[in-house]
Amino acid sequence: MAFHALIVDDSSAVRAFVRASLEDADFARVQEAETGFEALRLLAANAFDVVIVDVNMPDINGLELLAFMKKSPRQQGARKILISTQVDGLDAKRGTELGADAFLQKPFEVDELRELIRGLLGSTEGVSL
Amino acid sequence: MSDPRDNVQQEFLAEAQELVEALSRDLLLLDEAHHRKDRIDPALINEIFRSVHTLKGIAGMFGYKHVGAVAHALEDLLDDLRLGRTSVGSQLLDVLFDSVERFQRLLALEDPESPEEEAGVQAYLAAIRSIGTETSEEEGDPLDKYAIEPAVLSVLTEYEEHRLRACIRAGLRLYRLRAAFDLTAIDDSIETLRDVASNDAEIITYLPSMEGGNDDTIELVVLIASPVPEEQLNAHFEGRYGTIEAIEERTHLPTLPPRLTSIPSAAIRMEPQAEEDPGQASLRSVANSVRVDIRKLDHLMNVVGELALIRSAVNRIVDRFKGESMHRRSLMDLDRIGRGFERQLSELRSGILDVRMVPLGQVFDKLARIVRQAAREHDKQVRLVVTGASTEIDKLIVEELTDPLMHLVRNAIDHGIESAEARTQVAKSPEGTVALNAYQKGSNVVIEVEDDGAGMNAHQLREAAVSRGLLSADVSHELTRQEMLNLVFMPGLSTSSEITGLSGRGVGMDVVKTNILRMGGMISIASEQGTGTKITVTLPITLAIIRALIVTVASRTFALPITAVREAIPYVPEDVRTIQGREVITLRGETLAICDLARLFGFRGSTSKAGRFVVVGSMGNRELGFVVDDLIGQEDVIIKALGKSLASVRGFAGATDLGDQKVALVLDAPTLFTEYFDGPDALRSLETRA
Repeated sequence: MAFHALIVDDSSAVRAFVRASLEDADFARVQEAETGFEALRLLAANAFDVVIVDVNMPDINGLELLAFMKKSPRQQGARKILISTQVDGLDAKRGTELGADAFLQKPFEVDELRELIRGLLGSTEGVSL
Repeated sequence: MSDPRDNVQQEFLAEAQELVEALSRDLLLLDEAHHRKDRIDPALINEIFRSVHTLKGIAGMFGYKHVGAVAHALEDLLDDLRLGRTSVGSQLLDVLFDSVERFQRLLALEDPESPEEEAGVQAYLAAIRSIGTETSEEEGDPLDKYAIEPAVLSVLTEYEEHRLRACIRAGLRLYRLRAAFDLTAIDDSIETLRDVASNDAEIITYLPSMEGGNDDTIELVVLIASPVPEEQLNAHFEGRYGTIEAIEERTHLPTLPPRLTSIPSAAIRMEPQAEEDPGQASLRSVANSVRVDIRKLDHLMNVVGELALIRSAVNRIVDRFKGESMHRRSLMDLDRIGRGFERQLSELRSGILDVRMVPLGQVFDKLARIVRQAAREHDKQVRLVVTGASTEIDKLIVEELTDPLMHLVRNAIDHGIESAEARTQVAKSPEGTVALNAYQKGSNVVIEVEDDGAGMNAHQLREAAVSRGLLSADVSHELTRQEMLNLVFMPGLSTSSEITGLSGRGVGMDVVKTNILRMGGMISIASEQGTGTKITVTLPITLAIIRALIVTVASRTFALPITAVREAIPYVPEDVRTIQGREVITLRGETLAICDLARLFGFRGSTSKAGRFVVVGSMGNRELGFVVDDLIGQEDVIIKALGKSLASVRGFAGATDLGDQKVALVLDAPTLFTEYFDGPDALRSLETRA
């Protein structure tokens, strides 16, 4: 199951963790963005299968990226995962309204992330490889 | 399945360390603003909050339970601070400063979940909780005051919404700016926008919209809070980003259906600040830096060293053919290519060295914390003055330098700076000064730790050394004042608290000296009673590879670091005189002590009497001539550690491979200097004479 993923998080440790978790197991091609701006550039130029965004980032936050992806023709097939410290808080509620497919609560485990993505991609017909 | 966390553990530690360092820097700024009674910049508090927040998130993922718990409690406290539920005071600052040390300790733990830390962590959490907060619940939701579009509100994070409320409560007005940005240059544009805004406005968030944007541009709605009226704000921004418009205040009660405001669709395209190649910039990374394991750089440096060796080997072959006219043309070509190769190699070497360099400011930040802490402990008023924080030095040296410098700074405050009353009595300003000065001098970096405190009593130091049996009374009377001061570095002298009180210097100066020497550095002391003390540390800029003068002594090859060499002159035995048991010569009217390396190392017999040389070495402000048999030339050498059997031999920094299967010992210039001028051997020779 090869897929193209984007991880947007201002923490390099989290990015490295996600990259290692996915590349190790699933032949995923993982791209990283440190800021919302970098994410906007990548989202404008690539179609992703999975986009994982942290909700709290300086400048452009994760919710704003979700809102952007909702309207972006390139990202209509993307599964969106929002990383947040609380899954039952206001951020998660807004994330759902903005089209997040799943949540990851920090701290999360490797298997949790892998299972989540397998579940999400399994449930779509149109995974572009 | 392997746990990917093992591979990224280093990444975590590096980031955590950076976050703690950033936290420490920001806390110092906060402390300074608090002391000056300046307005505290909300952006600073947000920075501090963000560091702790990120730390909390990653600590949990990497199993650092205690770090996570402390960060979590701090996050709550900082949230209160940010939202005005508590204010900056000395108790709060103490708790925050405490966290820096605590994080560093917890991050260094072998077992990040160690139960032994539990009690300490719990006590600290209690201290955090003891800081009171005032909950001043205001009537109604301040957000109701403004007609903010639901589309905007729906993408604010909880945190941003908090900020927005706090701004409105603080009486700031809300503004909206809509502009299109070139995607390739958006970071620079936003940076400029932030700079322009920083004085009279706080940017709450940037909302990307799809309208008015295409593949190359993106339209952002920027939400701004500012105390300044609309016209003034627009004048300040000079229309650079289009018009900033005030968000209307609601005139109706919030229970009525919200009045949706339409946003004018005319977006203003913003020109990028700097011309960039649009073709290649599109995927440019925002963070133009990478983090590299220092061992990878060591490896690269070794490769450069090996290349230099290959180059020397080629040179020797070329030399062999010199004088054979049939190869003249080819040899000239080879020579030219060889020079080009050397230029590139030296470029490569300085490039790698450059990457290893970090500003000393990294250590100075930590020291600033120590100053604050020590001053509070002793109830003294101390001002820290730092110059040259941008001076760069090898990363490995910086790591090793922290402890010795911390010790010196602590001593300066514990024992150097007097209490405010004592200072006032001797007509000094009640506030003492500790100065940290750093600057580059040739291929060395000099760091001075200077205080304007009580200074040291050289005679008392001498008496202490005698009473401790470290020095005979007879010998002690021959010591110059400087030699008496140097006694402070003797093991066994400064370890007693009683002496500490007398000498005005703290414990463990011998340890500090040992550590500095181990890094190939030097340490010296100057002190005037009543005026203050200055400790000067001289260090090589890098440890990795050095240029050395290759010499022979009794048919053996040695390398002398070029940084310690000033010049080489012919040795004339007739010119040698003896002053106070030491051999000296006169060089350009100045007396220069000389040291025959063959005699020093106890080599017998083969020393050639004719055609020898004196290599004039200089370290700090001292000079010493080393008598050698022959000069071979200069080479770049990589210093390799000596085997166990030789590691304890003093005077050698390591060994190096000279390429033609020859191994040379690298002379440890700082140790040779120190031992010659004021080390135990120097004292022993005085002893024998007495």
